[in-house]
Amino acid sequence: MHVRDLAGEAVAGMLARPVRSALTTLGTVLGITTLVITLGVAATAGNQIVGRFDELVATAITVEVPETTNVPLVAWDSLERVTRLRGVVSAAAVAESKDSANLSVRSNDLVDPTSVTTQTLTVLAATTGLPEAARGRIVRGRFYDAGHIRRADRVAVLGDQAAKMLGITRLDRAPAIFIGRHAYTVIGILGDLRRERNLSTAVMVPPTVGKQFGLRDVTRVLVNTSLGAADLIAGQAPDALSPGNGDMLQVVAPPSPTRARDQAQDDVNALFLILGLVSLVVGAVGIANVTLVTVMERVAEIGLRRSLGAARRHIAAQFLLESTLIGLAGGVIGASVGVVAVVAVSAAKQWTPLLDVRLAIGAPIAGAVVGLLAGLYPALRAARMEPVDALR
Amino acid sequence: MPEQVIELTSVRRDYPAEPPVRALDDVSFGVARGDYLAIVGPSGSGKSTLLNVLGLLDRPSSGSYRLDGIETTALRDGARTRLRGDRIGFVFQSFHLLAHRSVVENVMLAEIYGGHPRKGRRERALAALDRVGLGHRVNFLPDRLSGGERQRAAMARALMGGPSLLLCDEPTGNLDSRNTGAVLDLFDELREQGLTIVVITHEREVSTRAGRRVRITDGVLVEEA
Ligand SMILES: Nc1ncnc2c1ncn2[C@@H]1O[C@H](COP(=O)(O)OP(=O)(O)O)[C@@H](O)[C@H]1O
Ligand SMILES: [Mg+2]
Repeated sequence: MHVRDLAGEAVAGMLARPVRSALTTLGTVLGITTLVITLGVAATAGNQIVGRFDELVATAITVEVPETTNVPLVAWDSLERVTRLRGVVSAAAVAESKDSANLSVRSNDLVDPTSVTTQTLTVLAATTGLPEAARGRIVRGRFYDAGHIRRADRVAVLGDQAAKMLGITRLDRAPAIFIGRHAYTVIGILGDLRRERNLSTAVMVPPTVGKQFGLRDVTRVLVNTSLGAADLIAGQAPDALSPGNGDMLQVVAPPSPTRARDQAQDDVNALFLILGLVSLVVGAVGIANVTLVTVMERVAEIGLRRSLGAARRHIAAQFLLESTLIGLAGGVIGASVGVVAVVAVSAAKQWTPLLDVRLAIGAPIAGAVVGLLAGLYPALRAARMEPVDALR
Repeated sequence: MPEQVIELTSVRRDYPAEPPVRALDDVSFGVARGDYLAIVGPSGSGKSTLLNVLGLLDRPSSGSYRLDGIETTALRDGARTRLRGDRIGFVFQSFHLLAHRSVVENVMLAEIYGGHPRKGRRERALAALDRVGLGHRVNFLPDRLSGGERQRAAMARALMGGPSLLLCDEPTGNLDSRNTGAVLDLFDELREQGLTIVVITHEREVSTRAGRRVRITDGVLVEEA
């Protein structure tokens, strides 16, 4: 028997009693709809949580470099290899030490030499990418560039709080600060920090300048990745920074987004899942019942088909396919209604709806499987029928 | 093709009951190609049992049944089903047309089992309908046809695939005399075209039109002159 003939007979059998077939799908529709809504809303809500995470931490990686006595683990110029990694948005290397954390910093307003402010501030050395890496903004002036670093210019950038404490508000007269005995020109103020907020009370200087404060080696690397790349970069960054010694570096990576999602899914209302599954079982029983009634009504048809040369398996296949199609129809309708509902709920809550392709494809398949299972017994009954009895 | 379409030798069919019913008792007869045979007998004499055996729907308890020279009693279920689909066209008293399918679709149904090509199936069905004089009703649903037309549609279905044997169980049992006449005319035509026909009937009018008549009484078959 040709597959298309089998399909044609099954479809014709289903359409012969369209109202009954439609009613038979109801249980499956209800079950699949409930499941799609439950899972879809949970996934969408879960995605929302991850979405909020994303902006803050899901893309931030910090690599801590332990102190070594002889050769530094991470060279300043190795940062380039990290910025080149696919998925890295910005990165900066930072040197900090206990000694440089409490330095006396003095500002001297040239206009008013009497107003001298001394503050105890953190001084750190950093590469040029720090404003982006710390997700901040240069609120005044500029950050130092590669030229400043190469020439070891005595320039400094202040965090916005540090600038306020030192009474520096304008840069047009090239204000200077004194760290220890040396003067440094303030060329910029860094503010609006969304990462490494403590930088707002720090003084940042080029690495070539930092040596004067004992800031010789990189102690920390800040990396920002594109969404979803954090896991990958967290694995790649150490070896890029310190080839061969990557495992000595400590990587602080955000919890992987899948785990955030899993946690969200734990919140899925188990009651609704059970409700959906119960509806499916009810739907299956409904299909089984109606298919069995249909088989009994069509005894003469079964006899006729046997007389035309249909084997038992042809009869079984036809009824099995009919019930599977009814289940599939229920699954397709249920999935559609469910998806529309998920979109509606998302719209109401102003969420971005997350429609898992596996759910959209899996739901109709689940319906078909329900129909298939429900059809097993009726199909078997139909196939077992003796043609002599069926034709009587 | 052997000249004998049907060869029955000492066929018995016992139904397990208390006491056991011997529905066919040592039945032996042959049907040659092109024969038009009527099997007559009173109710309960074993006509349906014989038809079921001839149609490979039932197995004899003992004896031999050759169809087109093939010994069928030793065949497995699957082979009997295939043989039935290929070589036997059934015509039933109650037509057995599918109510939701058009006449031509009902006729095409005869070719969906077994290895018939899908190509040209509709044309073959239309040709079969032409052969029974129903070319003008092909897209009707069965409930729009008269009884005689329904039986002719069923005969067109039985003719699909060129069977060796047309096996008819009370084909005019549900028809009035005018429709009976039309169906019997059709049998005559088919017989002239060389088809082998076996008709079970209890109607005189039907049996007298057949070329040959056998009578069955209490499971015993006797040839009538
Ligand atoms: N399945 C069965 N079980 C027991 N006895 C049966 C069965 N089918 C038929 N019979 C008996 O076998 C005999 C022949 O029946 P049947 O072939 O149907 O006769 P007919 O078709 O000529 O009326 C009858 O006595 C009937 O009661
Ligand atoms: Mg009978």
